[in-house]
Amino acid sequence: MATLNINGRSVQVDADPETPLLWAIREHIGLTGTKYGCGIAQCGACTVHLDGVAVRSCALPLSAVAEDQKILTIEGLSPDGTHPLQVAWRALDVPQCGFCQSGMIMAAAALLAEKPRPTDEDINEAITNICRCGTYNRVRAGIRQAALGGTAG
Amino acid sequence: MTTLDTVRPSRRGLLKGATGAVLLGFHLPSRHAAAQSAPASAPPELNAWVVIHPDDRVVLRMAKTEMGQGVRTGLAQMFAEEMHCDWSKLSTEYVTPGQSLARNRVWGNFLTAGSQGIRSSQEIVRKGGAAARMMLTQAAATRWGVPAGECSAKDSVITHSGSGRTLRYAEVVAEAARLTPPADVPLKDPQQWTVIGKPVSRLDTADKTTGKQVYGQDLRMPGMLVAVPRRCPVFGGTVKSFDAAAVSGKPGVRHVLKVGDSAVAVVADTFWQAKTALDALPVEWDTGENGRVSSETISAILDEGLTAPEAFIGNQQGDARAAIAGAARRIEATYSYPYQNHAPMEPMNATVVWTPTRCDVWCPTQNGEAALAAAAQAAGLPQTACDIHRVDLGGGFGRRTVHDWLADAILIARQVPGTPIKTMWTREEDMVQGRYHPVTKCRLVAGLDAENRIVGLHMRISGQSILSTAFPGGLQNGRDPVQFQGLNAGGAEGAIGYTFPNLLIDHAMRNPHVPAHFWRGVNHNQNAIYLECFLDEVAHATNQDPLALRRSLMANHPKHLAVLNAVAERIGWGSPAPAGVHRGLAQQMGFGSYVAAAAEVSVERGELKVHRIVAATDCGHAVNPRQIEMQVEGSFVYGLSAMLYGACTVKDGAIEQTNFDTYNVMRLGEMPKVETIILPSGGFWGGVGEPTIMVAAPAVLNAVFAGTGRRIRDMPLGDQLRQRG
Repeated sequence: MATLNINGRSVQVDADPETPLLWAIREHIGLTGTKYGCGIAQCGACTVHLDGVAVRSCALPLSAVAEDQKILTIEGLSPDGTHPLQVAWRALDVPQCGFCQSGMIMAAAALLAEKPRPTDEDINEAITNICRCGTYNRVRAGIRQAALGGTAG
Repeated sequence: MTTLDTVRPSRRGLLKGATGAVLLGFHLPSRHAAAQSAPASAPPELNAWVVIHPDDRVVLRMAKTEMGQGVRTGLAQMFAEEMHCDWSKLSTEYVTPGQSLARNRVWGNFLTAGSQGIRSSQEIVRKGGAAARMMLTQAAATRWGVPAGECSAKDSVITHSGSGRTLRYAEVVAEAARLTPPADVPLKDPQQWTVIGKPVSRLDTADKTTGKQVYGQDLRMPGMLVAVPRRCPVFGGTVKSFDAAAVSGKPGVRHVLKVGDSAVAVVADTFWQAKTALDALPVEWDTGENGRVSSETISAILDEGLTAPEAFIGNQQGDARAAIAGAARRIEATYSYPYQNHAPMEPMNATVVWTPTRCDVWCPTQNGEAALAAAAQAAGLPQTACDIHRVDLGGGFGRRTVHDWLADAILIARQVPGTPIKTMWTREEDMVQGRYHPVTKCRLVAGLDAENRIVGLHMRISGQSILSTAFPGGLQNGRDPVQFQGLNAGGAEGAIGYTFPNLLIDHAMRNPHVPAHFWRGVNHNQNAIYLECFLDEVAHATNQDPLALRRSLMANHPKHLAVLNAVAERIGWGSPAPAGVHRGLAQQMGFGSYVAAAAEVSVERGELKVHRIVAATDCGHAVNPRQIEMQVEGSFVYGLSAMLYGACTVKDGAIEQTNFDTYNVMRLGEMPKVETIILPSGGFWGGVGEPTIMVAAPAVLNAVFAGTGRRIRDMPLGDQLRQRG
């Protein structure tokens, strides 16, 4: 039995300690906004925050997550979908199929938390998530817009 | 009468769980549809297309599938254009293929592929909207006792011009639904459009920013178990033996099953438990003859086809062989294009409840009707005892038009009757059990006269036919017409944009055992590289400007030429590029649309950087310019990912690439600036989801040559520029 601090609440998870955090989030806790895309930390669809840092939860076993570490998923990013990135995403119609977008937004949110005004190079380095629909240019535009407080494109 | 609404399980059955996760209701209303009576509060169905709720919400029913390409929004725009409903209160829902069967396919074809989403349903959807408006207006006119011609509708409100009286659609929908649908449904002239052609925001963005959007992977039902299958990695191979006892005691494991002749599966409480047990399951495969096939043996078979005497003819004008034989000069080159995996972000999955009398499936599919047929066959039940409840796709790209994964999911669920089984593929399974972009090679020979004019062109394609695997019924006396996409003498789908005095394009069909399928852009992907790069070769070999050479061959192809000219002008063709930057061009017509691209690239120490791409599209009518821009941008990611990295290779009969670490794709940092020019010339409906992919790779490859003198003829690029040329 593991105890996780997720989106501000403490939950008990009855899973093998080797279970990746992704599957605890999806199958045990029932938060399905975080996606399975590759299982080997390549695609970033499973990105969540661990103490504010973007991590790929598909390759992080429960045994490596301490009780007091704060896990944030897309469902906890904002209470009502009004994080500046979510607002920008809607304004620019960033998602296509949308499957990778939870991970994209979480990766971008960690970037903005660290660097409120990221350069293009910062964005390139931080956003290595895979999108097969090809939303990359709108992801970049969305990050820029959110960084500017939603005032410009 | 039982309205359609009462037999709609996919949305009605969605319940919010305590954690916020979405659960599928345990009750499956479709099983009991016949016994149910319509609830008194059920909003009346106006016609097959639309339900109007008392609070003025208008719900458009959709046969096509949303997979990111924006078809939901585009169809809604076309419907609203004619229905004159309040856009802010318009939403959509999926109809099931079972409902369609029961209603004589009133919603038309469910297939969502080939960039057909808008163009194949534009007329039926617009007419559905217009008929709805006419019936609602007539109902209001009847109530007022005035001629319908004195009434007009706007934003879901009908107004009588004489008296100024108004009625909301919701107030007259019950009366309207009882009217006989109009036989003659005139549509607006495009000049009058106010919704079609507008860059309206997508209807489905919000839930994709909060994690609320439900994909097949996310489905949950009370009592549900998760199955993870593994099929013989060698196509055509079978299960020789497996040791279920070795893993049946592992945590959460409920069943260890054989699936048909060729696969095994572990069914457990959770995905992770099933996957872990499956990884530990000893399985022996019988790989048969195919176990000896490799990329090298396939390559040799294709090489033989390049000069084989027999070939299917795709396009023939004059006598190319004679013209080339008598030419003053010959230029020839051989190109190749490898297998590609669709690799949608969401691996294949399906959730199935099977009983001896009924089979219900919840899954992402690009073709509900084909899914129903596949499900019924695998379920051992008539189609009327099955149905497919769709969810939006986490990517499709053609992979979800074929339902091998669904058939296996049903074969698993059949062994656990009455229990909801969610079958989920791992990414590794998705990579090695794909339905691949076909492998081909192409030998091109041009004959030139003394003035360097092309007097004859022979383009010999050797390799795999998609239809031979995917739809043998579509072969024409053995010939695969899809092979010649973009190279045809004419037609609305893919006509060549050049006129050569003598031309022969033919295909030596060579089909390895790896199953081929439609992959976003399909055979245009390689056909455009072959022709557009080879023409570039001819231009450079004869000291002609690549744009000027193309123009000299395009006098009879004004629409092709218009998009090419547009990108050439915008990129500044003929004027100096920034220092170290080089340009390339390509054009192609396919999926009903004319597209061209111009690329600016630099290559430093073998590293390619694509700086800027200008893309032009003439899709006839442009339904939503914003969506078109998104599709054009995305097309470059898909097309350039294949060009830069994509290759599925074969060893011992199996695909070698098992995940994104070995099947790399383009990332954000590699993405060039994309400028989209939309040039809708009107009068026809072309697709936009795929066409731009056709020109992505050749435009960049031609720019690479301009910058380096290196002609890349074998895809993908990989590290070729880092090797000595």
